[in-house]
Amino acid sequence: MDGTITKEAIFKPENIVYKKTSLMTDNILSYCPGCGHGTAHRLIMEVIDEMGLESETIGIAPVGCSVLAYEFMNVDMQQAAHGRAPAHATAIKRLMPHKTVFAYQGDGDLAAIGTAETIHACNRGENFTTFFINNGIYGMTGGQMAPTTLPGMKSSTSPYGRDLKSMGHPIKMTELVAQLPGTYYVTRQAVHTPAAVRKAKKAIRKAIEIQQMNVGLSFVEIVSNCNSGWKMAPVQSNHWMEENMFPFYPLGDIKVDGKLVEK
Amino acid sequence: MTEEIIIAGFGGQGVLSMGKILAYSGIMQDQEVSWMPSYGPEMRGGTANVTVILSDERISSPILTHYDTAIILNQQSMDKFESSVKPGGILLYDPNGISHHPERTDINIFQVEANAEAAKLGLMKIFNMIVLGGYMKVKPIVKLENVIKGLKKSLPERYHHMIPDNEKAITTGMGIVKQIREV
Amino acid sequence: MEKELRLMKGNEAFAEAVIRAGADGYFGYPITPQSEVMEYLMAEKPEERTGMIVLQAESEVASINMLYGGAGCGKRVLTSSSSPGISLMQEGISYLAGAELPCLIMNAARGGPGLGTIQPGQADYFQSVKGGGHGDYRIIVIAPASVQEMYDSAKIGFDLAFKYRTPVLVLTDGATGQMMEKVYIGEQHPRLTEEEIKEKYPWATTGKSGGRERNIITSLDLDPYRHEKHNIKLQEKYKTIEENEVVYEEINIEDADFAIVAYGTTSRICQKTMQLAHEKGIKLGIFRLISLWPFPKKEIRELSKKVKGILCVEMSAGQMVEDVRLNSVDGAHIQHYGRMGGVIPSPTEIFDFFEKNYIKD
Repeated sequence: MDGTITKEAIFKPENIVYKKTSLMTDNILSYCPGCGHGTAHRLIMEVIDEMGLESETIGIAPVGCSVLAYEFMNVDMQQAAHGRAPAHATAIKRLMPHKTVFAYQGDGDLAAIGTAETIHACNRGENFTTFFINNGIYGMTGGQMAPTTLPGMKSSTSPYGRDLKSMGHPIKMTELVAQLPGTYYVTRQAVHTPAAVRKAKKAIRKAIEIQQMNVGLSFVEIVSNCNSGWKMAPVQSNHWMEENMFPFYPLGDIKVDGKLVEK
Repeated sequence: MTEEIIIAGFGGQGVLSMGKILAYSGIMQDQEVSWMPSYGPEMRGGTANVTVILSDERISSPILTHYDTAIILNQQSMDKFESSVKPGGILLYDPNGISHHPERTDINIFQVEANAEAAKLGLMKIFNMIVLGGYMKVKPIVKLENVIKGLKKSLPERYHHMIPDNEKAITTGMGIVKQIREV
Repeated sequence: MEKELRLMKGNEAFAEAVIRAGADGYFGYPITPQSEVMEYLMAEKPEERTGMIVLQAESEVASINMLYGGAGCGKRVLTSSSSPGISLMQEGISYLAGAELPCLIMNAARGGPGLGTIQPGQADYFQSVKGGGHGDYRIIVIAPASVQEMYDSAKIGFDLAFKYRTPVLVLTDGATGQMMEKVYIGEQHPRLTEEEIKEKYPWATTGKSGGRERNIITSLDLDPYRHEKHNIKLQEKYKTIEENEVVYEEINIEDADFAIVAYGTTSRICQKTMQLAHEKGIKLGIFRLISLWPFPKKEIRELSKKVKGILCVEMSAGQMVEDVRLNSVDGAHIQHYGRMGGVIPSPTEIFDFFEKNYIKD
C-alpha cells in the first residue's frame, strides 16, 4: 500500500453527508453557472422524493430557460407551449385528481404570454402547484425586458432602462394571484443563500402538501438571478438581487391557509 | 313518398316545436326525417321558420328552395314563401294578421283559423297543434296515433298530462280547416 | 340489442356520442354555432354517467392546451369550436401533432375571414387539410354530412386518433350542427382505467410507477438531425394514413357522365341537384369526400378519367377544387361553384350552373 486513499474507501454509506436525489438526472444542467434554476429544480425534486411521490408526479416545463426542465427532472414531464402550463396542469389534475401536478414557469411565460391561463387556473382553484421563477428578464432569448423587469432596469429591449411611461410597470403576479379566492397558499422565496434555500424548500414542501389536501392552488414564487441576462458575475448578481429585486418583490408568505397574511 | 314542408311564422308561435313534432311523428312511422331551422340572424329577428322533410327514402338536401307544403303563420312569411310552393302544392295559413292573402292560382290554398280558435278554447299554448291538425287533414301523411306517440317520446314526462289537450287541438284543427282555392 | 332511436341536432348527437365513446374530458369555450355541444354535455352531467369531466376554459387557447395536457396522459379528450376559435387553436394543434398526441377537435365552420358570420362555411378547408399551424404536419380530417355521421364521427375520430397518435378534426358547419335527423344511439363504451391506459399507451405521462423510466411529452428537440429524424417518422406515419384511411362515398357514379365532388352540408344539397339532373335525363353522380385528409387521390384521378366533367361545390371561393385539380388527369373539365360568407347554395342554383357550363344544347 502506498498510502493513497481510494475512491472505494471514501464512498461508503457512513461517510455520505449529501447525496443528489435520484429525481435529478445525471444530465449536465444547461443553465448558466450561477443561475438559480438548478437549485430550484433540485429542491422541488428533493421534496417529491422525500414525500415518496416519484411515481405519482407529473410536471410541466414551460418555454424559456427551463424549456428543457424535463431533461433534469426525473419524473414524468410534459413540455407546454409558451404560457400554457396552467392549462396542461388543469387538465391533468382534473383527469387524474390523485396525482401530484406542478407547473414550472418563468416570468415571461407566467406573467406575460400566459397571464390568462395563470389567473384563471388560480381563480378556479385548481389543485396543482405553480413554481414561478422570477428573474426579471427573458433569459433564453437573450435578456429582453420581461413583465417583471424593474423600473429603470436595463435589458436588450429597454437599453436605457425600463421607462414606466412607455413600457409600463412591472407586474407583481404573486400579490395578484393571492387576491383570488382559488389560491390557498401563496409565497415568495429565494434560493441565493443556504438560509434562503432552507426556507424555500420548506415552502415547496408545504405547497406540495397542500396539493394533497385538495383545497386550492399553491403558488411559490422564487425570485432568482440571471447573471447572464443582467450582465453580471454570479456573486454580483446575487447582491444586486438583494439590493434591487427584494425591495420590489419582498420575500415571505403572502397567503397562508387561504387567508392573506397581514403585514 | 317525400314531403317537403316549410313552416314559418313568428318566434313564439311554436313553429320550431311543431316541426319537431312532425319529425318525431315521421320517425314513429318509420320514415326518414330532417328538421332544419332557419339559421342565423333571423333567429333573433322575430321570425322563425323550419324546413321539415318526411320521406320513405334517404333524404337528400335538408335545405330547400321549393316546397310541397308551406304552413304560413304571419305576413312576412307569406311574402317570403308564397312563391316557393311547388305548382300543385299546398299553402296552408292562418288568416289572423294577414293583410295580403295569397294570390297564386296554381296551388291549393287552405285556411285554418287556429289563432281565433285557440283563443276561444283558451288554449293559446297549443295554437300550433290546431295548425298541425289542419295540415294533417289536408295532407294525411302522418297519422294521429304517431303524432301522439311522437309527443310521448319528445315531451318530458312532466308534460305528458298535456297530451290530451294537444290531441283535442289537433282534432279541432282537422275540423276547422277549409279549402279556399283548388287547382 | 336494438339500438335506441332519437331525433337530435347534429351538435347534440356529437356530444352524446363522445360520452358514449368513452371520452375522459371535454375542454371548450363557447362560440356559435356549436355551443350546444358544451351545453348538452353540462346538462347531461357526464361526470355522473361515466366519470367524464367537462370544463369551460378561459379561451380556445387554453382549451387546446388542456387537450395537450390530457392527451399526454393517454386520456380521450376533445374540444369543439368554430372557425375563429379553431384559428386560435392552431398553435396547440401543431404542438399536439409534433408531440404525437391523440385528440378530437370539432369545427362547426362558419363564413370568414375574421369574425365573419355565424352561418355555415367551408372556407376552413385549407386550414384543416394542409396543417393549419406551423411546421410539416397533417391531421386526419373527417366531414360528416348527416346527424348520424356526426354521432358516428366521435368514436371513429377517437379510434383514429389513438391508432395513429394524431389529432383528428371533425369538420362540419352550423347547418349540420343545428339540423335534426334521426340517430341510432350506440352502446356506452367504458372509459379506460388508469391501468388500461398504462398498458395500452406506455408513452403516457401517468406517473412513472412500476419502475419504468420517466415519460416525456414534448415537441422540442434542439438537435436538428434528431429533429429531422422525428419529422421523417411523422411523414412516414402520414403516408401510412394516406394508404389506409381514405373514406368516401359514391352516389350514382357507376354510370355517370358527370360528377359533383363535395363534402358535408354541400354534398347533401348536391344530392337534390343530382335528382334535378336525373329528372332531365342527365347522368350526374356525386363523389362525396368523407375523409378530407387523407384525400382520395387515386379515386379522384380515376373519376377524372371516367366522366366528361367534374363540378366541385363548396361554400368557399374554391379550396377543395385545388386538390381535385391536382389529382385529376390533364385536360379534365373541372369547375368550381361556390357561395361565400355564410350563404348556402340552393340545389337549383347549383343545377343551373351545372347545366349552363357542362351541358351543351
